Order: sequence, then structure tokens, then C-alpha cells
Amino acid sequence: MRSVSNIKNKAQNQPENMSRRRFVLGVTGSSLLAGLGFTPNILSAAIKQAQTGQTTLTGKVFDLVIAEQNVNFTGTAAIATTVNSSLPAPTLRFKEGDTVTLRVTNRLKETTSIHWHGLILPSAMDGVPGISNNFNGIPPGETFTYQYQLVQSGTYWYHSHSGFQEQTGLYGTIVVDPADSDPVAYDRDYVVMLSDWSDEDPNDIYAKLKKLSHYYNIKERTHQDLMNDIQQKGFSATWAERSMWSEMRMSQRDLSDVTGYTYTYLMNGITPVDGWTGLFKPGEKVRLRLVNGSAMTFFDLRIPGLKMTVVASDGQNVEPVTVEEIRLGVAETYDVIVEPSADTAYTLFAQSIDRSGYARGTLTPDISLTAEVPALDKVADLSHGDMAMDMSSMDMSGMDHAAMGHGSMDMGTMDHSKMNHAAMANAPAKPEMDHAAMGHNMPEKPVDHSKMDHSAMGHSMPAKPVDHSKMDHAAMGHTMPSPKMKKGITNPSDFSTGKLLHAETEYGPHIDMLAEAAEYRLNDPGVGLRGNGRRVLTYADLKNLRSTTEDRDPDREIELHLTGNMGRYMWSINGIKSANAEPLRWKIGERLRITFVNDTMMNHPMHLHGMWSDLETGDNDFLPRKHTVIVQPGSRISYRVTVDAEGGWAYHCHLLFHMLGMFRTVIVS
Amino acid sequence: MKKIILNMVIALTLTSGISHAAGMGADDPLLTYFKADKLEIRDSDEGNLLVWEFDAWIGKDLDKFWLKSSGEKLKSEIESHDIDLLYSKAITAFWDIQFGLRQELKPKPSQTWVGVGFMGVAPYLFEIDANVFINDDSQVNIRLDAEYEYMFTQKLVLIPNLELDIYSDNDDVRGIKSGLASLELGARLHYEIRRELSPYIGINFEKKFGNSVIEENSETQLVAGLSFWF
Repeated sequence: MRSVSNIKNKAQNQPENMSRRRFVLGVTGSSLLAGLGFTPNILSAAIKQAQTGQTTLTGKVFDLVIAEQNVNFTGTAAIATTVNSSLPAPTLRFKEGDTVTLRVTNRLKETTSIHWHGLILPSAMDGVPGISNNFNGIPPGETFTYQYQLVQSGTYWYHSHSGFQEQTGLYGTIVVDPADSDPVAYDRDYVVMLSDWSDEDPNDIYAKLKKLSHYYNIKERTHQDLMNDIQQKGFSATWAERSMWSEMRMSQRDLSDVTGYTYTYLMNGITPVDGWTGLFKPGEKVRLRLVNGSAMTFFDLRIPGLKMTVVASDGQNVEPVTVEEIRLGVAETYDVIVEPSADTAYTLFAQSIDRSGYARGTLTPDISLTAEVPALDKVADLSHGDMAMDMSSMDMSGMDHAAMGHGSMDMGTMDHSKMNHAAMANAPAKPEMDHAAMGHNMPEKPVDHSKMDHSAMGHSMPAKPVDHSKMDHAAMGHTMPSPKMKKGITNPSDFSTGKLLHAETEYGPHIDMLAEAAEYRLNDPGVGLRGNGRRVLTYADLKNLRSTTEDRDPDREIELHLTGNMGRYMWSINGIKSANAEPLRWKIGERLRITFVNDTMMNHPMHLHGMWSDLETGDNDFLPRKHTVIVQPGSRISYRVTVDAEGGWAYHCHLLFHMLGMFRTVIVS
Repeated sequence: MKKIILNMVIALTLTSGISHAAGMGADDPLLTYFKADKLEIRDSDEGNLLVWEFDAWIGKDLDKFWLKSSGEKLKSEIESHDIDLLYSKAITAFWDIQFGLRQELKPKPSQTWVGVGFMGVAPYLFEIDANVFINDDSQVNIRLDAEYEYMFTQKLVLIPNLELDIYSDNDDVRGIKSGLASLELGARLHYEIRRELSPYIGINFEKKFGNSVIEENSETQLVAGLSFWF
């Protein structure tokens, strides 16, 4: 028994209860030949249509056949890339400690590959052509045998790392059951794989984005938004805000490059029209393994009427935290426990970040019972924080901050409705500021403070370090948790954000924006989720279930800037795209602190292969381990990496159409 | 001049290189683009006037060859037709520099211009195409094209535009006055059936400036047209 979760749970020590057993069998029942590696429909050659929905394969030896297959999600037939004729690819159920063998056969006309996302394994088995040791992809007609030992448990996924095959269907879930008893108790276990399907050829999508980057943005601000703003904020405040955005030539609705305009969002391969269905008995604890296997879509998932207790993030157990909504960045996974007690149905509602569509499922005690599907939320505007503006340089006299929807605020302490900036300008100088109520997140210079009564603001601007001498951090409710120093050694991880320096390579036609003041925004749920009245999971909520007290402090720090030009649709790191970049060379055995600064106005889910990303959430004793970390627009975030895996590794943004440029090879030796 | 263009083609081909993130496609593929920015009928005093403005390019993120064609046809007679062949290089986040040739096919006699311009998005989201051309007779032409998109809805978009032509010298043969020679102000209401296809209606005001020799005239026309690209 590992560390015990604090879920109040009567079935805590019941590792294998009956209904869960039956469930697992129920799912695999559809593929009785799973042990042989064949699903029934690959045997029946007559079936050309891909199977959509879940299939599960278990065992130690697997035969996976990658081929093209007809699908029809939209009323129009299209060609998908499938594994064993299934979309999503079959769920692979492994056991921690086992050595598994996966024979992957390529029946496509082009090279393919499978990357086991989040699994710790040797470079040669990681499946990235040209980067993983001695691996150049699986040529057409050939079979490649992956073999590796499972050194972890949890929910992960796998996908192609070749071309745009991930967009056309080559993704599936991996569940690794723990060797010991699971610290999480549950009666049922469902995979909820979210993805985005388009009938368009992904190459065409990419070309369209290059020609007209907002091609798929069907949620731009329009006349009506302008009129609403003028009515609510007045003309001068509206003008001030609009002129700022249009002066920068940025869209405040640049939330998602590819949207519901072309995408049909899928839950376990099922469209929202049909909806995936999971059965439960009232009173059962149901474990949902949420996986975002999309190419380009961030999902905000909730289950109206049910609270979700998050028990794992990116496969790794975390201290349970109960929330009402979770944002899943592309490639992230979360395991949640829900306890539907009532004899009623619930909707799993996963809306895309730009609110252009949703994936849907139903948890129900009775197959005939369905639940109401909520309306899509109103689409949100990006905030000042999202563009990392240094507000101190701005003339804010005309702005009504109360109505602005500032980024990255600690919503718990904010009450914009009570703010009155007009009055603030005349407020007497306060030599000793009361930051207690601030929950700040927008940098500003001391000179401004003399005019502002921050105690009334509930604003979100962290003051620059120069102010810190006068501040009572403990009382601040700052968005930046102070690092713990209790080990009595100098800890290189702190959350101070000095002056941002941009490399020479970050200037040029390939870059349209540089962050002026990127802040840590760990407790910011992100654009579209701020102040929505629901308890939304943030990274600040994630605490490793296992203690990380003994983990080493970083030996050195690396700062990487996520850069791009949205209009030209070019993406890079430190202003250098992958094709022109030297590999990052890391030393085996070292411990790194990697800090990302997002110079763009988009969320980038950054994925490091082969090694864990120990996310700095403020509590170094319980750093959660992740494989994919969302770097919010205009923000800064840090994690630690123990460099313990030799060889070549990929390190990239997991948005499929960003990763071509926003990508680095890491060589560990 | 042909040599220069040829060299530019070679340079573009060579610098394009192969740029594959491991196992993935090229981040910067060679793309082609065609847009009928305006293809419209104007109800001019002299009858229906067919007006077109076409843009095409081939290239990559930062380097492209542009071909621009614009002209007017009254009844069966092409009254004016310019073709620009330009090399375009991105120089800042929002601006490209473009240089090359303009062949003025109509009115006759045709003439060849060489010039440089800037195309891009100005602060406040104005789309600008501004260039200066010079011909064999040292006549200098400055042309400015500016437009703005105002979205009434996601599909209904009003596009006001301004076009100016400034010349260094009088050209009595073609009826061009030195200084500000002509001005066009328009507003077109597009309905995007899909991104690539939008019929529109609008109004266009045209003024040609004159002097003692050249007649001044102006006209306001209703327009109906189709914009499309691929």
C-alpha cells in the first residue's frame, strides 16, 4: 500500500471489487482475441468501416496494425488513420512491472510511428522518427517491434509522431494498472478520450492557416460586442481598450487556431449527436480517465450536478482535490472520481476553449436515461495579462478596470464591481500599502502606487520585486506562491520575475509579440474560465501524492521563450524554428529548472519526452509530475527535470500545427 | 531586369531548404495562392464597367513572388490593365517589402515601370499596399491602397477602402495630372458564404483630378461583385 489518499472511501482497501472486474471484462469482451492482438473486425475483412468507440486490448503482447479506414462522423465519408480498424485506437491496458511487446505493422502508403505519450522508456522505444535512438519510423509494409518495461502506473496515451496522422485518428489511451494496490479506490473505470475530427486533409488545414491565420476563427468580436462594451463601459473605456488591441494588431479572440468550423469533437470516438454512454449504479465510485487526444483543441470539461475529485494528473497520483471543471490542454490527462448517488443521468460536457463546439457523453444508471446538455459558455476575450503587457507604461486614465476582465486573477479575493478607478486617481498616497486584498497579477511600477489605493482594488497585478520590501507576502494572496526555504539551503526556484530579456533571435518578421511582463499564473484557470462561478482546477491545486522533499534542487536553469507570428502562422522557440535549431544538450544526472515564457497570445501545451516535468506549484515538497504543461498566454511557468534518460528526445508544443516549428530535439549524454 | 527576377527565383528556391521537424512535415511548405479581391460590375455613366483586382503568390512564410493584375473593361473594350510581378520579402512582423516590375498593358501605348512597395497591416488593423514606381520617362507614380474590415457579424463584413494615385509629371496623352491624379473611396458589404467566397454590394466614389488641359470628373457608382480565393 502506497501513501493513502484522503478520499473518504469505504472501498479504500478493496483493490479488486466485483463490479470493476466485470466492467473490465465487459469492455474486453468485444475483443476476445485481444490476447492474440486481433480485434474481431480486423478478422472480418468484409467490414471496411472503422469501428468507432472503445475497444480494449490487454496482455503483454500486442499486434497493432495501422491502416487507412473509412469513417463517417459528419454525414460525409472520409478516410481515417486507424489502429486495428478502430478510432480512437484501442485502449491498451498494461500492468506496471510487465514488459510488453508491441508489434506495429504499417499498412499505410507512408511512414508511420507510435509514440507512447508519458511512458518512461528507453529512447529507442519512444517512437519519434529521426530523434529516438536508431528509429526512423516504420516504412510502409513493415513491422516494428516495440518492447519496454512499464515502470509506472496511471493513465497515458499513444499517438503517431509522423506527419499529421494524429489528426486523422491515430491516437489511443494507455492504462497501466499499478503493481501494488491502487491508492485510489473505485468501482468502475471509464476512459474518456477527447479528440477533434475534421473531414479536411490536415495539410489543407495547415495551408489555410498559413494563408489566413484566422480562417477557422468563427468567434471574432463583432459590432454587437462593441455596442455591448460601449453600453457597459462607456465610450472612452471601450475606445481605450479597443485601440490597444487594434494598435497591436491582435485579436482578443485568438483562442484556438482550428475550431468547430471544421472540427467535430469526439468523446471516445463518438460525435456529440450520438454521445458516448457510460453506465453506473447509484452510489458507485466511478473513475474517469480523461485524456485529451486532440490535435489542436483545449477542452473544458464538467459534469453538471457532479463534483469531480481529481486523483491523478498526467497519470501521476495527486492529492485528491475536488473541482467542478477541468481544462485539459492538448495531451494532458486527468483521472477523476465521481460519485453519482442519485438515480439520474449526467452529461459529460467538454466544450472547446473557443466555445465553437463540444464533445458529449452521458453517465447514466439506465441506458434509456439521458441528461440535459448545457448551452455553450459565452466566448471569452483574452485579457491584458494574456498578452503580458506591462501596464505601468500605459495610460490607464480612461479605462474602467471594473469591466475589463483582467487576466490571471485570484478570483477568490476579487470583487471588481466595487472598484472605482476614477476615485482612485485622487486617493491620497499610501506610503505603506495594504496589499492584503490584492491577489494581484499585473506588474506595475512603484510610481503608480502613490495614486492607487490597492487595498480596495482586488486587482491582479503583482508588484515588481523592488516593491517587495514593503509588502507582506504572507497576507497578499499573491498568485505567486512563495517558494519554501525550509531546507535551509539556497533554493534556486523562486517565483520572482525580474526584467524579461529577449534574445536577438526573437526580433524579426517571424515574431509578432514579446512579453513585457510575463508572470507566474499558477492559480489562474485561464481565459474563458475566470470567474465563471464554478470551481475550476488550476495548477496551484496539484500536489503530488508522494513527497518530493528528498528530490534534488536544480543544478542549473534554462529559460525558453515560446514565440511566433500568428498572422504569418509561424511558431518557434526563442525565435528559432525547429529546422534551424541546434539540439538542446543535457548532461545525464543533472537536475534542471526549465522556465517557459510565453511571448504569444495562445496557450501552448509543452511536452517533454522521456523525463518527467516536476511542476513548480509553490510547494516543493509535493511537486506534481507532468508530461505536458500548459504555458498560458503571456505567462511564465517553471518545472524541474531530472535528466536520467540517455539518448534523443523530442520536446515540443503539442498543438499539432505548432509543433512543426515549436520543437526542439534534446540530446542527453 | 529579367536577370534580377531570375536570380530572385533561384535565391528563393535555394534558401527554401528542407525543413522537417523530425518525422513531421515541413513547417514552411511551398504554397500557392490566388485571390479575386474584387471582381465587380460598376454602374458607370458610360455603361456597366467590369473591374477586377486579382492577387496571386507562390512562396513560403517570408519570401514570395506576387502577381497582381488589375483593370477595367467597358463594354468589350479593356480600358486599363496593370500587371505587377513582385518579389516580396517579410521585413517585420506585419510588413513585407515588395519590389519588381509593373507592366501597364492598357491604355496604349503600354509602358513598363519598376518600383518598390510595402504591403502589410498598420496599427489599428488597416491593410495597406503602398508603392512607388518609376518608368522610362522618369514619371514617378505613388499608389496607396488602404482598407479596413468591420465585422457586423461573423459573416457580414463591411470593407471601406481608399485608393490614391499621385504622379510626378503631367501626362497629357493618358490624361494624368501631376500631383494627386485620382482618388477612389469605396465601401463594400461582404457576405462570407464561406471564408473563400463572398459576394458583395457596395458604393464606389471615383474622382479624377484635372488641370487646364486635363478634364476633371467624378462619379459615384453602385457596385456588385464577388470575392473569392483559394
